[in-house]
Amino acid sequence: MTDHHDFDKNYLENGKGFKSWFFTVDHKRLGVMYLWAIGVFFVLAAIASFLIRFEHLSPGQTIISAQTYNVLFTLHGAVMVFLFIVPGVAASFGNFLIPLMIGARDVIFPKLNLYSFWIYCAGSLILLLSLAAPVDTGWTFYTPYSIDTGTNVILVTFGVFVLGFSSILTGINFIVSMHKLRAPGLTWDRLPLFCWAAYATSLLQVLATPVVGITLLLLIGERYFGLGFFDPAKGGDPVLFQHFFWFYSHPAVYIMILPAMGIISEVIPVFSRKPIFGYKAIAYSSLAIALISFLVWGHHMFTSGQSKLINIIFSVITFAVAVPTAIKVFNWLWTMYKGSVELSAAMLYSLAFIFLFTIGGLTGLFLGALAADVHLHDTYFVVAHMHYVMIGGTVFGLFSAIHFWYPKMWGKMFDEFKAKIAFTLIFIGFNIVFFPQFILGTQGMPRRYFNYAPEFETLHQLSTYGTWILGVGFIYMLYTLFKPVGAADSNPYRSVSLEWQMPSPPPTLNFKEIPTVTTSTYDYGTKVEQEA
Amino acid sequence: MASANPYKTYLNIWLLLMFLTFITVYAAEFDFGALNVPIALLIASVKAGVVALHFMHLKYEDSMTWIFAIYPLFLLFLLIAFSATDIFTRVAN
Repeated sequence: MTDHHDFDKNYLENGKGFKSWFFTVDHKRLGVMYLWAIGVFFVLAAIASFLIRFEHLSPGQTIISAQTYNVLFTLHGAVMVFLFIVPGVAASFGNFLIPLMIGARDVIFPKLNLYSFWIYCAGSLILLLSLAAPVDTGWTFYTPYSIDTGTNVILVTFGVFVLGFSSILTGINFIVSMHKLRAPGLTWDRLPLFCWAAYATSLLQVLATPVVGITLLLLIGERYFGLGFFDPAKGGDPVLFQHFFWFYSHPAVYIMILPAMGIISEVIPVFSRKPIFGYKAIAYSSLAIALISFLVWGHHMFTSGQSKLINIIFSVITFAVAVPTAIKVFNWLWTMYKGSVELSAAMLYSLAFIFLFTIGGLTGLFLGALAADVHLHDTYFVVAHMHYVMIGGTVFGLFSAIHFWYPKMWGKMFDEFKAKIAFTLIFIGFNIVFFPQFILGTQGMPRRYFNYAPEFETLHQLSTYGTWILGVGFIYMLYTLFKPVGAADSNPYRSVSLEWQMPSPPPTLNFKEIPTVTTSTYDYGTKVEQEA
Repeated sequence: MASANPYKTYLNIWLLLMFLTFITVYAAEFDFGALNVPIALLIASVKAGVVALHFMHLKYEDSMTWIFAIYPLFLLFLLIAFSATDIFTRVAN
């Protein structure tokens, strides 16, 4: 294997043209293609959100009609959730990093991995075809409206159904890879925390996704054949749809956030020059989240008419899921304590993650409290909470990863100073967009409303101005990333984890010889680090 | 890994499945009232269990595979139990 002709070529140079990429089984190329795909969908859904916010510059109609508004927030939600954030970090960086981090040449089923990507492309295409008669149900497809509306619900839900297979197969691939392909000496308690997070994410993908698949098939059956599962006139129950939907979609929140938490656990020790604090606590808290997240779905349904008893049960368990999440946050903070902290762009995004995700997480507790939720349910408070978790959490985590592994992925460096300016714009813009929405929510501004009362105008305008700053920040970040400033060496951040102990960009087969691991992944401030 | 004569086992399992199918059809002739669905599900579960154990080789697998096989059943139980708790304790306004 040592003299394999592919080995000397890095994965970017090993073949050119559409075919060499679209038919590749190289996990790194697949990771890069997922990154491109989710990037395109992120931009598409972000444009929809800019239009939504622009519409809210003044009460009544500003630029778009009420129906277009309904279509746009559905498009924004469905594309962001199913095409961007669920596959998001797990499929892109999971694919790129897991084999490198566990010391393997690829995932265990490379062809299945390519197949998963094709399914993702097919599902995305089906979902986007619905734009011919765009859906106006919101991304949650709640019955009974999703049964009655004349828009193209079947195409969208079928697209999501197909996408689910991609998610399940990727999850299976990662779980089996981590069980079977870890390098000699890479015991479970030496496994990088990103891998632990990806493992927990994969469990959720494999176990929860089938439920949403079946639920959406039932919805399609309901529309086509009038089955009656969710129709009270036929003995069905519309709230049952919500039970089934959230049984997947709450764990899906952790499918979105857990890989980002894994990224933070990788970035913070490197730029604090300290071993991660509480390795086992962080690793096991990922599994605890995967377990408990299956038990809290009913907190999305406190005002749906579900029983008081089950409301209380779900509320109590919801508070329990905050515990493993808080364990992670405290451990990250403690890792930095007395560390030699370097505020690189990647680190800034990680620090912003901790700050913003904590706000998002804590406001989640407000919503988990029964009495407060009656007031706050379906208001802008929920919109703000969710975006603090999803953008402040997952997207900032993704940006941190894009900057941190940029030298490894592309073999080049970006301009740190410019990246920090972009970060500042994004951080400020994000808070101006979403913090006023917390206040709007507590004042009673309902979500998904085209119009609003005049007293909400100032805060709505502030929120819209924030999107402009945020947009400039995104564009500047892309500009910075597309303008590299020179070649990267193999390990510019002096990380001790496996993926940095190889050339940048990595060779096609990753490792000339499968390495033997003898130390922890986080040996900073020790002899091992000085030798690295 | 499999038993000494897998084909004989597979044949026996197939015969058992055919027998259970016959039982399913036969049971459908009678009205057990509220037990109609539980009885049909019970027979179907036995069939699924036999398929998982023998045709899918679960019987010969290690404990890790068993954990992965049993855990989704636990989640299914949770889905049904929590949804049923809601539906049976709901009070109409």
